[in-house]
Amino acid sequence: MTDKTPSPSTPKLPPSLAANPMLSSWIRFSPEGHVAVSPGKVEIGQGIVTALAQIAADELDVELARVQMVPASTAGSPNEGVTSGSLSVQQSGRALRHACAEIRQIFLATAAERLGVETDVLDISDGTISGPGNVSISYWELAREVSLDRHASPGAVPKASTQRTLAGNSVQRLDIPDKVFAHPRFIHDTPLPGMLHGRVLRSELSGATLVELKEDGARTIAGLVAIVRDGDFTGVVSETEAGAELALSALRKSAKWSSRATLPDEDGLAEWLKAQPAELTVIASKRASSPPEKTRTIRRQYTRPYIAHGSIAPSCAMAQWNGDRVRVWTHSQGVYLLRADLALVLKIPVENITVEHMEGAGCYGHNAADDVALDAVLLAKAAGSRPVRVQWSRADEMSHAPFGAAMTIEIEANLDAQDEIVDWRHSIWSNGHTARPGRADLPALLAATELAKPFPRAIATNPSQASGGGADRNSVPLYDFPSWQIESHRLTTMPIRTSALRTLGAQGNVFAIESFLDELATERGENLVEFRLRHLSDRRAQDVIRAVAKRAGWKPARRDGTGYGLGFARYKNTGAYCAVIAEVESAQDVRVKRLTIAVDVGEAINPDGVINQIEGGAIQATSWVLKERVRFDRQRITSNSWTEYPILRFSEVPEVQVEVMARPDLAPVGAGEAAHGPVTAAIANAVFDALGVRLRNLPITRERLIAAMELSS
Amino acid sequence: MPNIRFRLNGVETDIDADPDTPLLAILRGELGLTGAHFGCGAGECGACNVIVGDHAITACDTPLWSVADKDVTTIEGLGNAQRPHPLQRAFIAEQALQCGYCVSGILMSAAALLKRNPDPTDTDVRTALDRNLCRCGSHNRMVRAVLRAAAEIRAR
Repeated sequence: MTDKTPSPSTPKLPPSLAANPMLSSWIRFSPEGHVAVSPGKVEIGQGIVTALAQIAADELDVELARVQMVPASTAGSPNEGVTSGSLSVQQSGRALRHACAEIRQIFLATAAERLGVETDVLDISDGTISGPGNVSISYWELAREVSLDRHASPGAVPKASTQRTLAGNSVQRLDIPDKVFAHPRFIHDTPLPGMLHGRVLRSELSGATLVELKEDGARTIAGLVAIVRDGDFTGVVSETEAGAELALSALRKSAKWSSRATLPDEDGLAEWLKAQPAELTVIASKRASSPPEKTRTIRRQYTRPYIAHGSIAPSCAMAQWNGDRVRVWTHSQGVYLLRADLALVLKIPVENITVEHMEGAGCYGHNAADDVALDAVLLAKAAGSRPVRVQWSRADEMSHAPFGAAMTIEIEANLDAQDEIVDWRHSIWSNGHTARPGRADLPALLAATELAKPFPRAIATNPSQASGGGADRNSVPLYDFPSWQIESHRLTTMPIRTSALRTLGAQGNVFAIESFLDELATERGENLVEFRLRHLSDRRAQDVIRAVAKRAGWKPARRDGTGYGLGFARYKNTGAYCAVIAEVESAQDVRVKRLTIAVDVGEAINPDGVINQIEGGAIQATSWVLKERVRFDRQRITSNSWTEYPILRFSEVPEVQVEVMARPDLAPVGAGEAAHGPVTAAIANAVFDALGVRLRNLPITRERLIAAMELSS
Repeated sequence: MPNIRFRLNGVETDIDADPDTPLLAILRGELGLTGAHFGCGAGECGACNVIVGDHAITACDTPLWSVADKDVTTIEGLGNAQRPHPLQRAFIAEQALQCGYCVSGILMSAAALLKRNPDPTDTDVRTALDRNLCRCGSHNRMVRAVLRAAAEIRAR
């Protein structure tokens, strides 16, 4: 096991704490008996604030109820970049655990001095530090005396897993009661005093230029405050939300647009991706010591479409100017990164911008959250010092926000005389999988490309393999093949806007790898579980596969029209291990009946939270596999409503069973993206088991199934 | 502006507004009740569901005039932290959501179901919630929570 928590003999600060070493930026005690915990990561419906609260409460020995989680703000929160990639427990959790361990020691030392005893006779219970002879003092009493305005030091030793009382136990999420009782918590539900409402006019055409606009109609609408125009960026500000909608609709009627954009042919997408100008990167290369002897070569191509984030809430933001300073409220995944891009667009110093996080609906990656923040900032310029709230329409959310990138993946394997894999080649053609704000010298925000002096649209790139990779995420096999070459072609054109969607390229790559292996093993007539196990030397990988096989009774006897399939991956090859067995029924449509899952996230801080994330990821992945595909013609995205972009419904949702492996002593990793790849592959493999046809293009729809059946018959 | 009167969460309510205004705009705007959420504006996602009479409807595409003299119940009228509806208790017990944006609409669909059918099957619940979209994948937990609430109500 290589990824144990670093031993205390090599003291080093966790990276997030090293970058934000001031202890008071993480933790503050109030004399009233609360602990304010201020992580740089944000709640996006994944339950992270609860897991972080558990970690802090555990380390400090206080009741969970005393913990108050502070939303991230550039006004003072640690800068932890973006809340993404299933990294929050690793990054923020480790930093908090370490900071709290040190803070606990600081308080113990001060208390020992005050009480005139040694620290080792002191105990802490719910924030009260007590010693022999009933002497005691509390964090709250000492709060004024102990300054946490000091840097964290390496060497503080967090508690052993056996000493923790909260982490490792399922606790109820802190945010759920508010959401069930509809207490305003979402940015959408939290009006500011004196707030105005804004809307932005965007064409349904991609990359459109505004040729003509008549303002008279909109000017007659009651409550209109301003019509804002800067190049193609056009919006309205109104006293009321209804007024803003009416003014927008009046503007829309008079607007004439032209577009030079040409979108790809949707039916030839796989070949289009391969034909575009691209930057080639060799992701990994491994050569066998002796040249392999090949007898035959198998090559298969897999595709996945553009996929929409499809947040249930349209993106929303508020902004308020005060002279040359602006305050922004956002559900962005990275307040500091958004601030950096806003500064680029506005050409003002970052110090003049304060960005505060408020909760939105689940975003599943880089959606329009950041775009709408710039919209609000631009419209608020016309509102004096009053705040302006902007909300996107459903249609704009489904057509102008970035999508998860479409992918073509080709796998080629050389087999020896015994049909064993001796060489493996994996090639990817795709747009980059991230164009997040705050990381380049070009802003990534939509309106920046619409201004009279526009910024060019930033072409999506891929994070390095060291950061988990982008299009290439999970493309390097975890299996022990003797030789391989992994290549990624990143498109340098981007007619359809792409950026980070949950798992980046991992869903496509795991689908391809696991489908390919399933096909090889089936051809060999080998047990699909045994085949994988003998190619895996990683014990934790073997364990999740064995666990899921046992739980699902692998392999259940197949009935007519029913099939079972297996999928496995370790997310990013460094994160959570996840193995899935899908049971499908196929009459006319494919129906996923059950997903059985085993997952190893290391230490599970909130086990029910882990299960919730895995279940959710599994159901979302099922939706991607069976239903989802961004539709477009040559000028516009056409899937701009839930009718045109259907997602899985209650009656279609599979039963999901999750087993969380007990690993309390191993470093915790995130669970939010572990299931998507393995679930995708498991469903595709189960479809083959049921019907005897391989579906290599996502989504697996009735039309594709019929076409594949006809081809094979 | 014509005056339209309806009972909102049991209270007689008068609204002076264009009768074609969507009910959701009145609830969230004039009345400041933000529990019903805007999701699509086209009656396709159910985030704005409220109960009119005995049925859950999408408030975003329901004109104000159509609720004249009727009983309208929103999530704010379902229960609160002091007096939670069994559904709200059950959703907490089952931790039946992730982001929770869709949940107020789902609670209203479920409440309407339990009024009509106090002993629903798993399939009944899924059918009743089929017009509500959830993007986080909390469906199965929500179904369990509705069945749990139904059992609690029946046991009273």
